[in-house]
Amino acid sequence: MKFLVSLLMTLCISLAWAGEAASPKLDIGKGGQCVEDTQWMRKNHMHLLKHGRDDALRRGIRDEKHSLKNCIECHASTKDNSVIAREDSFCVGCHKYEAVKLDCFECHSGTRKSAWLAQRNKK
Amino acid sequence: MSEIDIQRRQFLKTSVGAAAVAIASGMMLYSVAQGKSEGASSKVRWGMLIDTNQCKPGCNDCVTACNNENGLSGGTLPTDSQWIRKIEIKDISSGRELSLPMMCQHCEHPPCVDVCPTNASMKRADGIVLVDKHRCIGCRYCMMACPYKARSFVHEAQHDQNPDVPRGKGTVESCTLCVHRIDVGGKPACSEACPNKAIIFGDLNDPNSEIAQKVHSVASVQIRADLRLNPGVRYQGL
Repeated sequence: MKFLVSLLMTLCISLAWAGEAASPKLDIGKGGQCVEDTQWMRKNHMHLLKHGRDDALRRGIRDEKHSLKNCIECHASTKDNSVIAREDSFCVGCHKYEAVKLDCFECHSGTRKSAWLAQRNKK
Repeated sequence: MSEIDIQRRQFLKTSVGAAAVAIASGMMLYSVAQGKSEGASSKVRWGMLIDTNQCKPGCNDCVTACNNENGLSGGTLPTDSQWIRKIEIKDISSGRELSLPMMCQHCEHPPCVDVCPTNASMKRADGIVLVDKHRCIGCRYCMMACPYKARSFVHEAQHDQNPDVPRGKGTVESCTLCVHRIDVGGKPACSEACPNKAIIFGDLNDPNSEIAQKVHSVASVQIRADLRLNPGVRYQGL
């Protein structure tokens, strides 16, 4: 019985430890208080984006709070102003880990708008 | 009617009023907190009036402004995107020469929308014709259907787009009337850039707007009016 319990304990601990180690380490940019709860956003951000894209483009209702631009404004790396530039960038890190294709950025810019504007004004 | 009945009625009236006020202000606060805009309204009809007498031959400022705003390369090959182009025309018998900008005419009955198999080509309630690139499969039927040759196909992968203007390989695109500027109260880049103020932008449905008053008072035409597409872009002095 003791053996069984200790085996179970070690398994649990090693599993927890392995889980911790394998989860992606993200560059969360500015981070801080998000528009919704973090866990909720992990699960539902795609629904917000998909709903928002139809509202914004087809009906002209621009919900700034839940817009892709607002996501990027906060979560782009403070080093390179991007959510897609590196392996540990905010969007790429998780999507790579979960093996989910990320095709927003074939059209959309992954750069923080304020930084992009500053860059353009410099030119 | 007894005294009690009247009092009860008054109490009901005031409480309903108070509740309405409370709900209305709550709704207002909610919509402000959400940061949502009202959306495109069908009461508005965005359009442009282009005065060809003010448009100087050789001047390309509107095209350059459009390219900068929307992140176009500025190339003029068949494989390059051109949302607006300058056209020089000449009447052979009289020798009169004209220069004018040509872009998506934002028709009321757009043929590009009629032919689109995926509903990607669409007209917003305020009359702006757009491509929903989330749906566009790049079949280019709309390019064939457009009598103004206003649409372009994106042949190459895009990088470093304007965060307000998403553009991607394999989709069709055209003048958006700078919808990202209009939605925040601005006006199209070409209209802003024209040194002679030849491009007037505004709401054709608003009788007090500059454009509506000018359309009312001076002669202007729609290009290929015979097709009865009712374009939102009109030309003066053609």
